[in-house]
Amino acid sequence: MDNNRFFFQHYGLTEHDLERYLAAALSAGGDYADLYFEYLSSTSLTVDESMVKSASQGISAGCGVRVVSGERTGYAYTDDLSANRILHAARTAALIASGPAKTPSAGFQQKQARSLYPVTLPSVDAEITAKVELVMRGDRAARAYDPRIKEVRASYADELRNILVVGSDGTFAEDSQPLARLNVSCIAKTEGTSARGSSGGGGRVALDFFFGEKTPEYFAKEAARQAILQLDAREAPAGEMEVVLGPGWPGVLLHEAVGHGLEADFNRKQTSAFAGLIGKRVASEKCTVVDNGTMPWRRGSLNVDDEGHPTQETVLIEKGILKGYLSDKLSARLMKTADTGNGRRESYEHIPMPRMTNTYMLSGQDNPEDIVKSVKNGIYAVNFGGGQVDITSGKFVFSASEAYLIENGKVTAPIKGATLIGNGPDVLTRVSMVGNDLKLDEGVGTCGKDGQAVPVGVGIPTLKVDRLTVGGTAKRDPGGFMQ
Amino acid sequence: MSSTQLENQPEQIETDLRNLAQEMVSRAMSGGASAAECVIAEGDEFSTLVRLGQVETLKESGSRSIGVRVFNGKRTASTYSSDFSREGLDRMLKSALELSRITSEDPFAGLPEPSQLGSLSGDLDLYHPDVYSLPGQERIAYARRTEKAAIDVDARIKNSDGGSFDAATGHKIFANSLGFRGEYRRSYCSIAAVPIAQDESGAMQRDYWFSVARSLAKLDSPENVGRIAAQRTLRRLGSRKVKTAQVPIIFDPLVAASILEHIFEGVNGDSVYRGASFLAGKLGEKIAADQITVIDDGTIPGGFGTSPFDGEGIPTRRTVVIENGVLKSYLLNTYTAKKLKLQTTGNASRGLAGTPGIGLGNYFLQPGMKTPAEVIGGVKEGLYVTEFLGHGANLVTGDYSRGASGMWISGGELAYPVEEITVAGNLKEIFFNISEIANDLEFRGPLACPTIRIDGLTVGGE
Repeated sequence: MDNNRFFFQHYGLTEHDLERYLAAALSAGGDYADLYFEYLSSTSLTVDESMVKSASQGISAGCGVRVVSGERTGYAYTDDLSANRILHAARTAALIASGPAKTPSAGFQQKQARSLYPVTLPSVDAEITAKVELVMRGDRAARAYDPRIKEVRASYADELRNILVVGSDGTFAEDSQPLARLNVSCIAKTEGTSARGSSGGGGRVALDFFFGEKTPEYFAKEAARQAILQLDAREAPAGEMEVVLGPGWPGVLLHEAVGHGLEADFNRKQTSAFAGLIGKRVASEKCTVVDNGTMPWRRGSLNVDDEGHPTQETVLIEKGILKGYLSDKLSARLMKTADTGNGRRESYEHIPMPRMTNTYMLSGQDNPEDIVKSVKNGIYAVNFGGGQVDITSGKFVFSASEAYLIENGKVTAPIKGATLIGNGPDVLTRVSMVGNDLKLDEGVGTCGKDGQAVPVGVGIPTLKVDRLTVGGTAKRDPGGFMQ
Repeated sequence: MSSTQLENQPEQIETDLRNLAQEMVSRAMSGGASAAECVIAEGDEFSTLVRLGQVETLKESGSRSIGVRVFNGKRTASTYSSDFSREGLDRMLKSALELSRITSEDPFAGLPEPSQLGSLSGDLDLYHPDVYSLPGQERIAYARRTEKAAIDVDARIKNSDGGSFDAATGHKIFANSLGFRGEYRRSYCSIAAVPIAQDESGAMQRDYWFSVARSLAKLDSPENVGRIAAQRTLRRLGSRKVKTAQVPIIFDPLVAASILEHIFEGVNGDSVYRGASFLAGKLGEKIAADQITVIDDGTIPGGFGTSPFDGEGIPTRRTVVIENGVLKSYLLNTYTAKKLKLQTTGNASRGLAGTPGIGLGNYFLQPGMKTPAEVIGGVKEGLYVTEFLGHGANLVTGDYSRGASGMWISGGELAYPVEEITVAGNLKEIFFNISEIANDLEFRGPLACPTIRIDGLTVGGE
């Protein structure tokens, strides 16, 4: 990646300034200090009732200063990048430490960074008329799919985040991070029944991605298909049963069931149900789970994390055995483990913490058709809304938005959305079959932790979980579900 | 207030923000807009987290941003910026005007009628500078005391996600081209504790409790908050699953609030006019049990949902949403009211960008007469839900399915903790099946609900 020196060019910053700010941050001591400069420009467009009803653009810029002393973190930020305001923020953050001033290491080292999203024209700078065309095409395609599609909302959003991270250990990292997403949601209506469908995707891609690889028509048809299908959905069963998860976005299971529980901060504090389980079996031997921030163009990928550390591929679970945690600088130092490049933050207003990037399970040996055939009575879930986890008790949920009954090895009727609930540390031990069809999601995931939202990716091959609780309402026994 | 001030201060505009808002509106109009709005938000925040007695984080900062929305006849667009330099503001205005040429003509787009604009008079008791009155060490002490009170309750509380003290103030300024100018300040402070308990088997549970107020003087004591957090956590130890069953369910006030939130989503004008709500077309119809009365009131002094005017410069008001089970009113802004041929209810919400949405005032379910213990006492076998996981409600169909944990009720008493279960039903039936409402209404945010009992839901377990 070339040295674009965005903040040097646009704000007249110099290395001398950065050294001065870091010295102010360490003026009361501390182990480490860093500065995170961010300049975020964004666009969004929405089509509703076939009209572009909303269009907006915005700029948000600022600098966050962090001082770390032992396990303590002081943080302050400013949206004004003038020297006196940054120095004021640095001195405020410095209040966390109480000792003699320390001197930051002299000079910065910029590491050779990857270039995972080398767009020539960031979408945020592309012609707005092309973006209008995308949302209008999404609207038309969804309506054309079926006359029962009555309401369509198509939206497009993109951003370009320029960042500079410098640390008192000599860290110097710049990145220019594009992100774009197109989404179509619709409502199908018949006499007395309504249903919704939604589909979208994108990544750290240029605008041409939506004119070539994944068009508005692709997402529109998928959203419309789901809505029409749901018109005939019957009540979901309730209780424990076999569950087959389709490939791709159902990987949100991994994100909730194990991903959060393996973030190093929870384990350092021993507040995760996974604490102390390194080297222990937490999944069936068919399961290997990784977090990989280095996949080109992916929504969850980053050249460097928000602490300036290069991202990497980290094996979390290998053949069922827990191998490692996702770490940021603070946890790596306190736990004396490697920094895995997972220190992320929502913006300059936020303190970084360990977060996932793209989290997925590697393909196994099983044929997806055989997996479905092996189930006598269960459900086959292929699309999900979101999920949530209580990392301390380990209990997690995720909500199916498209699922079917499996009866005697065959996928039969579609069922209404139902929440699936399980226990993180043991759900993967019940994975008895793993398909050979790993797929990642389309690029729609946003993860929340401590009020901070960051883009992520998930993925799984087709999986069979021998026992999972399904939260349906079916009152009578459609095939042996209720006890 | 004139554009000459901009030229005199090329670096940074430190002029009065009210004048700046007005000026942005004037400049949008002279730049060719047919109507315009400007909103400025500035705020300060302080937060500290103490964990196991040691300060873990200290954060202190402030920020501000500005947004404009312009109309080009029936087309509209908006832009925002955190850059208050002359260059930044110029670019923001120029982009908004350009963007308003590419959006569609929407016959319903526009500002409110001038006669509708206004602001509540008098002191609404929203701003108390005392939230910042504690010196730094005292703020940390508040957080530390809250955590310590939780840990001291029982030896089984072996870990903690900390005790915290937070404070914030916000200042909002709004102006439009119909001559509206308004502003208000609000303050907020809170303490919380998140203890973690462990039983003999090593299984961990966590829960939390908090107090939030607009004034430090009204905050509950750290000792009280810590003790309640500990009790809520300890009662979860030894949680088990239960068999799939259909039983009466009691929702504690925090989780009952989520049921009330689904009613809000259902009466939200934006989902109503698009037919995306299960309550669309139901005005005047019975949609809930007889004893259900839901009110939205943005005028209550000191309320967490109170403001003198809404996101479009309309005075806030009291709206009866449901009266004795009959749907009386949707919650609307100017746009959704026009779409539905109704009048705005002063519920426009506004961020810095985009078109106004629908927000809450102080929104609540009218309490009943029984105590929560009496409501629980009326259940032979049932579930008392204290926490939901996930977001499994479909507002289009009303389908409802969520992860839950809480206590099993046996013989009218809380018997043992349960977890890893689901609660499912359909919202259309759920509101009819609210059979009991307790008397414990307490605002901890803009939305509040007392303890309620709902029958006919399916508990999914083993």
